[in-house]
Amino acid sequence: MGDKKTKGHVVVNIEECKGCGLCVEACPVNVLYQSEKFNTRGYHYAQYKGDGCTGCGICFYSCPEPGAITVFKRWDKITEKRFCKNCDGERFVFTLEDKPGKYFCTACLKEV
Amino acid sequence: MSKEILKKSEVFYEVYERKPGADKLTTTYCPGCGHGIIHKMIAEALEDFGVQDRTIFISPVGCSVFAYYYFHTGNVQVAHGRAPAVATGLKRANPDSIVISYQGDGDLAAIGGLEILHAANRGEGFTVIFVNNAIYGMTGGQMAPTTLIGQTTMTTPRGRDPVNDGYPIRMSEIIATLEAPVYVERVMLSDSKEIMKARAAIRKALKVQIEKNGFAFVEILSPCPSGWKMTPSQAKRWVADVLSKYFPVGVKKDISAEFEGRKKEVKKVSKEEIAKILGIVEAEEVDKRVNKYVDKDVSEEIKVAGFGGQGVLSLGITLAYMGMKHGYKVSWLPSYGPEMRGGTANCHVKISKGSIGSPVVSYPTLLIAMNRPSLDRFENDVVSGGIIVYDNSLIDREPVRSDVTVIPIPATKIADEIGSTKIANMVVVGAIVKYLDLMSVEYIIDSIDQVIKSKKLADMNREAIRKGVEYMTTNYKLG
Ligand SMILES: Cc1ncc(C[n+]2csc(CCOP(=O)(O)OP(=O)(O)O)c2C)c(N)n1
Ligand code: SF4
Ligand code: SF4
Repeated sequence: MGDKKTKGHVVVNIEECKGCGLCVEACPVNVLYQSEKFNTRGYHYAQYKGDGCTGCGICFYSCPEPGAITVFKRWDKITEKRFCKNCDGERFVFTLEDKPGKYFCTACLKEV
Repeated sequence: MSKEILKKSEVFYEVYERKPGADKLTTTYCPGCGHGIIHKMIAEALEDFGVQDRTIFISPVGCSVFAYYYFHTGNVQVAHGRAPAVATGLKRANPDSIVISYQGDGDLAAIGGLEILHAANRGEGFTVIFVNNAIYGMTGGQMAPTTLIGQTTMTTPRGRDPVNDGYPIRMSEIIATLEAPVYVERVMLSDSKEIMKARAAIRKALKVQIEKNGFAFVEILSPCPSGWKMTPSQAKRWVADVLSKYFPVGVKKDISAEFEGRKKEVKKVSKEEIAKILGIVEAEEVDKRVNKYVDKDVSEEIKVAGFGGQGVLSLGITLAYMGMKHGYKVSWLPSYGPEMRGGTANCHVKISKGSIGSPVVSYPTLLIAMNRPSLDRFENDVVSGGIIVYDNSLIDREPVRSDVTVIPIPATKIADEIGSTKIANMVVVGAIVKYLDLMSVEYIIDSIDQVIKSKKLADMNREAIRKGVEYMTTNYKLG
């Protein structure tokens, strides 16, 4: 679940990725790669190597799919863990300014 | 870029319910297509500026025709090239709305070439996002006005040749020569630096609208990997290395700093003025005879069909107009062939107590067939329990449906006896109004010349309506 020493963090929504590879090419620090595996629609989806992301957000803006990439620019600030019923396990969670009192899972992005 | 989390904008629907099929989470765009990137930047800006609730996004014809699947804003999908005309109407009627005319190069520079020029020239207060991918994407890669010289497409297999096909059109430069546009810039989706410039241009263009109600135009050189037969990576490089050499990026015009803002005014036309323009004589006070119908629960969907020249359109107008005078909600929609007279014509009429969503009548509760082809064509569409009225002086067969009420009226014969077959339509008006007790017959007779302007026919029309009523009272024992 990500090295807290790195500043940023990327979550690829595997099923929404169309495998165009633009994010992989755009990442200045090369921490993204295309999986050898296919998603259910037959695309080699993008993956995060797990650490090294600087949180620059470049991959987010190079990706054409609205929901395929989420970037946490300040991963180091996200410290709280909660139980996520979707993931069935403890996950780091984030909050949103416009949704006070709610916690969202950093892995599946759904409300915990 | 101060947000700490970059995620799917809330200006997009969480689930694309309108999209058919099982996959309701991804767009219809090809991998690596620029449309998606542009959508994301627009959505983000609308969210940041807090204008989602008053935004109307116009989807063009082209690959982005289904943009309304994704944008959780107001949406209108328009005919090819017509986005600027529709945007003009939307913005003028609702000056506080934020209107985005989103268009491809086929849409904006080919079929809609003049539409955009005039909207820009008028300085309409909406934002144009012009997605230039140098090709018709949706239809499979034909030449667009922006296709480069030598570029091979489906319709230029030997490469675009200026002798045959003309030169690629630089729309931003053309728009920038006009007086009224406030801000015109061309950007490109090549590398991340350029993408961020595109993002800034989109935001600026929207600001020009939000803050100054001014016309702003952003042209975006956008990859179409499928149309160009390239990988997404090759396509984005081709944007920078080839496309942008002919279409240089940069600001083409920017008077936003000194521009004082376009006045927001809705030209209000009073009810009286409209009545005067249309020549409608307003009744002094509501007629007592009409009042009797205020609480009547009516919901008729009527199709009137016959030859052009049989007066089917004015039959429909008469019903709709008189319905309106009785306080019903009404609509009238004509549909006729190019032949006008001699061809077939029909119209759709709705008369109802409740409001009307669409003027189209697909399954009539009442079919008025004035000739045989109309009966043949529409008989099966009538709802079960509905009514078929047909002119049995012209139609040589009876309806076959047994689940509907069938009312034969020799309308043309009756009209002929009065003096003109042209007024058969009014015989039918009298007959059905009487049969359904839909409106006051006396009121209609007194005010028919508000609808049928010909003075010559006025007396005959009144007579025809009376005869229609009389026919029904004698044959159907109506009160
Ligand atoms: C009146 C009309 N003419 C032609 C068409 C066929 N047509 C559909 S999309 C299209 C071109 C779209 O190209 P563009 O505007 O560049 O958008 P893209 O698909 O590349 O995003 C055409 C000619 C149509 N739908 N309607
Ligand atoms: S946010 Fe920047 S550093 Fe992190 S994966 Fe995306 S492009 Fe690479
Ligand atoms: S054909 Fe071209 S413009 Fe259309 S969705 Fe595919 S890549 Fe995009």
